[in-house]
Amino acid sequence: MNKTVNQKAWFFVLPVLLLVAFNAIIPLMTVVNYSVQETFGANTFFWAGVRWFGEVLQSERFHASLGRQLFFTFTILIIEIPLGVAVALAMPRKGPWVSVCLVSMALPLLIPWNVVGAIWNIFALPDIGLLGRMLNGIGIDYNFTRQPEDAWFTVILMDVWHWTSLVVLLAYAGLVSIPDAYYQAAKIDGAKAWAIFRYIQLPKMKRVLTIAILLRFMDSFNIYTEPFVLTGGGPGNATTLLSIDLVKIALGQFDLGPAAAMSLIYFLIILLFSWIFYTVMTRNEEQ
Amino acid sequence: MTLELKNIVKRVGADTHIHETNLKLVGEGFNILLGTTLSGKTTLMQLMAGIDKPTSGEIWFGGANVTGGKVQDRNVSMVYQQFINYPNMTVYENIASPLRVARLPAGEIDKRVQGTADLLKLTPMLQRRPSELSGGQQQRTAIARALVKDADLVLLDEPLANLDYKLREELREELPKLFAGRECTVVYATTEPTEALLLGGHTALLHEGRVVQFGPTSQIYRQPETLIAAQVFSDPPINTASVTKTGGRIALSETVQWDAVGSFAALSDGTYTIGIRPHDIGPEAKNGQCVAIDGEVLVTELSGSESVVHFGVAGSTWVSQSHGVYSFKVGEGTRLYADISRAMLFDADQRLVARQGEAV
Amino acid sequence: MAKITLDNIRHSYLARPEVEEDWALKQLDVVWADGGAYALLGPSGCGKTTLLNIISGLLKPSEGRVLFDDRDVTELPPDQRQIAQVFQFPVIYDTMTVYDNLAFPLRNRGIGETEVDARVRQIAAMLELSERLNTRASGLTADGKQKISLGRGLVRSDVNVIMFDEPLTVIDPHLKWVLRSKLKELHQELRRTMIYVTHDQTEALTFADQVVVMNLGEVVQIGTPVDLFERPQHTFVGHFIGSPGMNLLPCEMDGGKPVFAGRTIPAANADAVKANGGSLEIGVRPEFVSFAEDGIPVQIVKVSDAGRFRIVDTSADGQSIKLLIGEGQGVPSGGACLRFDPDRTRVYRDGWMVT
Repeated sequence: MNKTVNQKAWFFVLPVLLLVAFNAIIPLMTVVNYSVQETFGANTFFWAGVRWFGEVLQSERFHASLGRQLFFTFTILIIEIPLGVAVALAMPRKGPWVSVCLVSMALPLLIPWNVVGAIWNIFALPDIGLLGRMLNGIGIDYNFTRQPEDAWFTVILMDVWHWTSLVVLLAYAGLVSIPDAYYQAAKIDGAKAWAIFRYIQLPKMKRVLTIAILLRFMDSFNIYTEPFVLTGGGPGNATTLLSIDLVKIALGQFDLGPAAAMSLIYFLIILLFSWIFYTVMTRNEEQ
Repeated sequence: MTLELKNIVKRVGADTHIHETNLKLVGEGFNILLGTTLSGKTTLMQLMAGIDKPTSGEIWFGGANVTGGKVQDRNVSMVYQQFINYPNMTVYENIASPLRVARLPAGEIDKRVQGTADLLKLTPMLQRRPSELSGGQQQRTAIARALVKDADLVLLDEPLANLDYKLREELREELPKLFAGRECTVVYATTEPTEALLLGGHTALLHEGRVVQFGPTSQIYRQPETLIAAQVFSDPPINTASVTKTGGRIALSETVQWDAVGSFAALSDGTYTIGIRPHDIGPEAKNGQCVAIDGEVLVTELSGSESVVHFGVAGSTWVSQSHGVYSFKVGEGTRLYADISRAMLFDADQRLVARQGEAV
Repeated sequence: MAKITLDNIRHSYLARPEVEEDWALKQLDVVWADGGAYALLGPSGCGKTTLLNIISGLLKPSEGRVLFDDRDVTELPPDQRQIAQVFQFPVIYDTMTVYDNLAFPLRNRGIGETEVDARVRQIAAMLELSERLNTRASGLTADGKQKISLGRGLVRSDVNVIMFDEPLTVIDPHLKWVLRSKLKELHQELRRTMIYVTHDQTEALTFADQVVVMNLGEVVQIGTPVDLFERPQHTFVGHFIGSPGMNLLPCEMDGGKPVFAGRTIPAANADAVKANGGSLEIGVRPEFVSFAEDGIPVQIVKVSDAGRFRIVDTSADGQSIKLLIGEGQGVPSGGACLRFDPDRTRVYRDGWMVT
């Protein structure tokens, strides 16, 4: 082997390495550090080993937030992915309406997350909010600050409103890249709309949908701002998702050790699920 | 300036894209890389250009080792199968672009652009943008850009493949003239044997990442060293079958046998592979050396000037291609004559042992 | 299978075509017999794809009617015309096996699995795909995928016509050859009506019983391959068909005979050419030019080796004349004389053969 060795290459990689070190590796290591120690403030630390991990993993509070988190994530995935694909399919592929559709689809994505929470908070207020008044007006007893089911309904509706657009845009990008010949061939083969979807559109959208599912999974698992602004995790702990709970422990109670351990577990869960998703969804292609 | 590849190997992961290759290109006329898709033509060109680095081996250009050197330092120009031009520049600016990069004075640029455009018949289109041109004109623009900068090495990667049939013919005729008298090494990749023949020069036959033979084009067409080389350089594909030599006779089947003459007679007894090109088999005996073969007609094609018939013989399908219009009935038997004096014999290792009655 | 009639078809992409150039397809009137093999041949932009889309139903002609047998299908969309099409780039259903790809058109039409199985296996055997039936279609090479596209047309017994839109574009030359003869073989075996669109004269001529040569939206000549080769009605056909194309030499009439470079050239249709007028040209294919003891004096410019023959480029009176000679045949050096085969030499006026 006569490989050319070129030390100069390191200079090009260095800035990126530094950047990644500052905003990923160093904070992560700090968290790892906290997770194995006990602190009583004033920068005094004691070795705690894996005690925090054991406690967190066995705590019912953690199980409950994780359960809520999983429920939330899978619910929004089940709604947003098919809905996004359906909207993308319904959008025109040519003509002046394309840009109108694309812009209106992109709108919710442009709104800052805390504003989304605030908008929905006001929108859903049972006494003065448009949604709240309407629902109560037609005889439904709706109050998202008191009734857990209503809180859940509102949080999920908000997320669907906010993020389905992302799925729509990705799916649409996948759809427009399918050459006309495929549709023509399918028509000639006598394929009905469902068969066209199942055997042409869906397979051709597979890559972008994989990305959409992964993004939505990771984002929804990390979600904090919007439900926090909307419900603050309440009523009670009804909509306290993992991240909200984590902030409560870390900042509210200043239990840095358990919070750090929980963060790591949280991080590993996301990593694990993402990996499983990715492997399952790309497995067929590698065959 | 000549380009030489010394013990070049290119591996990507576990796959070997180019097996150990030694190739010394000639500085005059075209160096044609002929092979099927994925035979390694493009990889070889990228190594020559310096876009990609060999896993091992050296590349020498004009007496200097340029292995691992940058593309920018090599004064290379390249034309691709796709028509690649700057879409938002006029034809004039497209052709001028390599000269602007080289910071030539404006007067010099104008002179060279005009000259090159004239050569490629682009003068009337100089102010248009590529999207307003036909495919042929777009490719002419790309070729002009490659030509204008007086590169030492010009790489043409199937430049005519995306053009209409007639435009291809026209540009193929012009290309060798464009490069005649220029001090540069020209490499031209193609999948078409006929294109290689018409361009002349030298040809390297590629097969599965190996250069199986290199030499003057018409010579290696007629004297392939191996069966693979003969197959790569035949369109339509060369007819092959197993033959047995016993004493003074060569037998293709029970019924098709002939006397071994010339160098065929000197071969030792045994089994060989016979290779005979389709145009050496026809419905009429051209000379006394023709052997009658009876076969069943499977497919017939008539191109107006040529008749092609696919027929079954001794368990394989052979093709005959002959000048003139002949009618054959599918499913019926027919008698065709193979000009054995033009056949090639290959031994068990697929190496040529005798051709056209001459020893090799 | 059906007879196809194109009755006074005209098409323009403009709403209100005014001048002649506005028509992408000018006046076309043709009847194609059931079970024939036809080709539409012409350079890019000649209107052949427009015509193909009109037949398949993707485009409705501005004027005229399309008839399958005697049924008017002009208004019908593609899926109601019972046609099959093979596209330039292979269209396959990636997620399905080869078997399911072939079965797809039948299953869509509610045909029972027993019959589906029999049809699929029969067609797969013809296409030499039997061994790959259970593999994923996406794993096949380009030629394999094109075979599947074709197979999806062949499995159906109700197909009126199978259309090919430059189907060999992405295929390597040595496989092109194989696939082309496979197509011819299938046609000879199944006798389905097939229409093949291409810019490649070799593909058109070897495939079709009858070729429609088009240029600038106009049909220039319809004929058998031999007709087009031996009796081109227009210099465009002479140039476009044949490689290299027909030699065209300016001439003038003198005493009822065409004269080029001061020499009388015997031509098959010389008697029909009554007088000078328009631009007169002599057309003769390189295949019908040979070296002779006495004839048109020329200078040899270049000899190119095409393998089984050689192309000799000569020049006479500033005009280029090409001829083909056999592989072993000698070429005189420097000057030589040429003879044109009188039966294959014709006079053209303003591009059209004089009759």
